[in-house]
Amino acid sequence: MKRKGTQAFVEVLKREGVDILFGYPGGYAIDLFDELYKQKDIEVILPRHEQGLIHAADGYARATGKVGVCLVTSGPGATNLVTGIATAQYDSVPLVCFTGQVSKHLIGNDAFQEVDIVGITRSICKYAVTVRDRKDLTRIIKEAFYIARTGKPGVVLVDIPKDIQLEMGEDDFDAAVSIRGYKPNTSVHLGQIKKAMEMLEKAKRPVFLIGGGVRLSKAEKELTKLINTVRVPVITTIMGKGSISTDHEFYVGNIGLHGSYASNMAISECDLLFSIGTRFNDRITGRISGFAPKAKIIHIDIEAASISRNIKVDVPIVSDAKLAIEAMQERAKDCYQNSWMDQIKGWEREHKIAPQNPNGLSPDKIIHEISEFYSNGIVVTDVGQHQMWTTQYLRMNPTMKLLTSGGLGTMGFGLPAAIGAKLGAPEKEVVCISGDGGMQMNIQEMATAVTCELPIVFCIFNNSYLGMVREVQHLYYDRRYSSTCLRCTRSCKKNCFDKNKECPPYSPDFIKLAESYGALGIRVMEEKDIKSAFEKALNNKKTPTIIEFTIETEELVLPIIPGGKALNEMILEC
Amino acid sequence: MKKRWMSLYVENEVGVLARVSGLFSGKCYNLRSLTVGETQDPTISRMTICVDSDDATFEQIKKQLNQFIEVIKVVDLTNVPVHMKEILYLKILTANDKERSFAYRISEVFGGKVVDMGRSGILMECLQTETKNDDLIRLVSKEFTNIEVVRGGSVAIESISISDR
Repeated sequence: MKRKGTQAFVEVLKREGVDILFGYPGGYAIDLFDELYKQKDIEVILPRHEQGLIHAADGYARATGKVGVCLVTSGPGATNLVTGIATAQYDSVPLVCFTGQVSKHLIGNDAFQEVDIVGITRSICKYAVTVRDRKDLTRIIKEAFYIARTGKPGVVLVDIPKDIQLEMGEDDFDAAVSIRGYKPNTSVHLGQIKKAMEMLEKAKRPVFLIGGGVRLSKAEKELTKLINTVRVPVITTIMGKGSISTDHEFYVGNIGLHGSYASNMAISECDLLFSIGTRFNDRITGRISGFAPKAKIIHIDIEAASISRNIKVDVPIVSDAKLAIEAMQERAKDCYQNSWMDQIKGWEREHKIAPQNPNGLSPDKIIHEISEFYSNGIVVTDVGQHQMWTTQYLRMNPTMKLLTSGGLGTMGFGLPAAIGAKLGAPEKEVVCISGDGGMQMNIQEMATAVTCELPIVFCIFNNSYLGMVREVQHLYYDRRYSSTCLRCTRSCKKNCFDKNKECPPYSPDFIKLAESYGALGIRVMEEKDIKSAFEKALNNKKTPTIIEFTIETEELVLPIIPGGKALNEMILEC
Repeated sequence: MKKRWMSLYVENEVGVLARVSGLFSGKCYNLRSLTVGETQDPTISRMTICVDSDDATFEQIKKQLNQFIEVIKVVDLTNVPVHMKEILYLKILTANDKERSFAYRISEVFGGKVVDMGRSGILMECLQTETKNDDLIRLVSKEFTNIEVVRGGSVAIESISISDR
């Protein structure tokens, strides 16, 4: 039976189990949208901007573990995806992005809304391809889903010219996917696991370092079981947070630039670093030569290229985290080291993460309430100080999810990602923590949240500054707040250090903004109102709620490791 | 830093060369030469790549290339016996008879072939190892003022294994 390209497109999507597609139409995607209009299995969500669209698909994928699907038009529709593609790829989120393209005979002519999107995205996605022949359409889409979700998940872009969308052709929907250049690893080297477990047994000061890979492979239960057996302290990266309950007796905290004192000290002093599913990004290692200088390092990662790239490793193991942890469990023995645990507890007592201004409406108190109200929910963050505070203060159990742009650090991620998360997991409560800067980067998606009738709670930590950059200016640039004050007007005098004095009012008024979108707006200025604000927001089941918290403008994220310093050289107080 | 060789089997498709060469520019790897041509299977091309790198970087390059969907196989040629040649065209522009016969002699010694000539110069073709071609160019550029060099980049293939002989 012959079909139009658009019909084949929809049929493959259905067979891949796609239930939600994030789409924004345009001239070279209109036929695909027309085909989607005729069916009921796939719900099409219309965000207000393609960047918001792809972050929403990203949030959907992170919340559900399924592949997020985007469909946009050629040219500007496609280029608006770029930031979102890099964001998802850096955090190993499975996405398939379809872009419309001008007809084949027009490609290369600088036709209206023509861009070489495959060329533009080549270095930031797992695979990108233009369909050049109608007979390849079905196979390419099937392969796209397979590549996106297997191995180290990532982004695949499929560019479909208009004439291919319209061309009639025969399709084989049942052909098995087989790609000769792509055979993801599906086993684990047991000899290496055995060697690693023997080293763990012999170690006097062992620690586990858990990255996002454990959550990606859904190995939280297996990890907790393993830690209960071996009784070795666990440190997480930002992406790995929540792999094990933060209340677990062997959980120490986060590593890295804004990690806890005890965690960073433990890494610096350990004699065995057992790392799973992390790529040793520069934000967690600090100065490489000072990273875990006394340790033998074991590294399990699904991607061979992540191993021994940043940190030289003694025992490399290429494997999926869950598979490896299960193999470890079979050989696990109690490796508890009394004096080592005492030392870590000592560091924990020596310095606890706390705000500099503990009075009033401080970030830790707001996040504490979020931990209470959303103990089964999904917490989404944007990027900035509020994100770091969330990773520091949020108490998590493995049923909770924390969705955050860890690798690329994309401001504007939070709001749309929360929309995608709620659409993917409507039974879960979703809360988004954002700053006043990042919130405005994709603020147009408030309309999407309202029209999709999503009762998401958006918390804005408003300190009137681009706080993360302001903090760096505060610490290392003699408080020269160059382009970081969001209340600054053209008539303001230069070089102002006069915080809060005679400053112009903040724009926009987030409460009025919420109301103009048809959402609920709540402003919280005092500590005593935090709880009631969340209660009110959670009772609002019909629309999203914005809670604006006006927090101290010059609060810092501490501890911090200054640039070029090692993990044990952090600044604890200012 | 050391000069190293590898071969890649890749899908014979549009964009694969851009993807492979993009890796070198994007990650600041030092690419010295890259050649590509179809194999006995027209759907597969083979690339011969030469890089300047240390051990760790070379390992990383191989892993990164292996990750590409379009790359079917990476062959490290560092410690394997290989046959490797590069084609070189060398124009020596001189009307002087004595100089032209000198050029002839050089060509003979270096195993090259004079394939064309006119009143104002000769054209030499040389199928040699890259190092030998380097030597030839070095010498010729000292002896003659007006030369033109076109190099093809090396192609390499593994030797037939000892056990087969």
